[in-house]
Amino acid sequence: MNYIVTFLILFANWLIWSGMFDSFHVSLGVISCGVVTLMSHDLFFENGKFQFSYITEFIRFALYIPWLIYQIILSNIHVAYLVLHPKMPIEPSIITFETTLKKEMSIVAFANSITLTPGTITMDVHDGKYFVIHCISRKVADDLLSGEMERKIARIFGEN
Amino acid sequence: MIILSIILIITGVFFFFTATFGLLRFPDFYSRLQATGKGDTLGSLLMLAGLALYNLSSGISLASILVSVKLLLIAVFIFIANPTATHALTRAGQDAGVEPWTKEEKSK
Amino acid sequence: MVNFFLIISLVLGVFVFFSLYRAVYGPTVLDRIVSVGVIGTKTTVILALMGFIYGRIDMFVDICLAYALLNFITTLAAAKFFRVRKSIVPGSKYFKDKGTDQ
Repeated sequence: MNYIVTFLILFANWLIWSGMFDSFHVSLGVISCGVVTLMSHDLFFENGKFQFSYITEFIRFALYIPWLIYQIILSNIHVAYLVLHPKMPIEPSIITFETTLKKEMSIVAFANSITLTPGTITMDVHDGKYFVIHCISRKVADDLLSGEMERKIARIFGEN
Repeated sequence: MIILSIILIITGVFFFFTATFGLLRFPDFYSRLQATGKGDTLGSLLMLAGLALYNLSSGISLASILVSVKLLLIAVFIFIANPTATHALTRAGQDAGVEPWTKEEKSK
Repeated sequence: MVNFFLIISLVLGVFVFFSLYRAVYGPTVLDRIVSVGVIGTKTTVILALMGFIYGRIDMFVDICLAYALLNFITTLAAAKFFRVRKSIVPGSKYFKDKGTDQ
């Protein structure tokens, strides 16, 4: 099953990027996608197995993206304010906190979302559980510790 | 449609401006990454989306739709890759022992 | 419209020039890597604008993708490489000033 899904994803990418639909180019695509699928069929999915729950996770993740873009715009306005303010009111600090998320994918999504939301970047993740975070001011640290984003991510990947 | 794409492009240039200004102005490595990791991601996202819209406005055909989809895919790639690169750099900084700048040190 | 794209890419070129300041005078090696990454992202957008200026966007979009991929890999490889060299960064406890060691 994961051979077929990997092949379909690769072949869709091939069609978009090559942009030629005559039989010669399409058959080249079939050959090269087939070779890559044979070599790396277990790289796309956690534990190397495809499950149907990934499709619903993907759809829910796509629905999460508009909220994320809204947060990114807020964070950019925040950074623009800090940069353009003549006194530069920043007060950097480093905090550590523990997360309850378990799946690899949800930890990756959470770390990247932290980097993109206002005033925080992920510095390190130990043991898949402890996040070390650099905050640009005290207020954004309190916002993060309220845990709204963590709950959203947990709902997407079906963890509770 | 052209006006919308012009607005998107100019907003993108503004965020690139804040990213560059932050890179020059902030006091330490981690704060500089705060500015560049965010400003560059949103700036390139907005500019590439604006260009994709402009490309569609000149006439919708298979080739122009394909080009717009490619531009949007580049934007999605940057959207995933830029936070990852930021994270890799902060981790490198932490392991190399770069000291973060704090307000107390300055007032001392 | 071509003039508009030309002006935008000139403005981005000015930003690249200012980012170059960090690449030359940055206090640590990691600041220089950040600056190179920023310049790479701007260059990706400038390449897309160039495609519209020359009217060959179908060709330039592929170059744009190649540049974005290379930029990402460069940043990751440089970060990975400098992670293990602890003595390069001023301010870290491993750093030795030239002349005072031994």
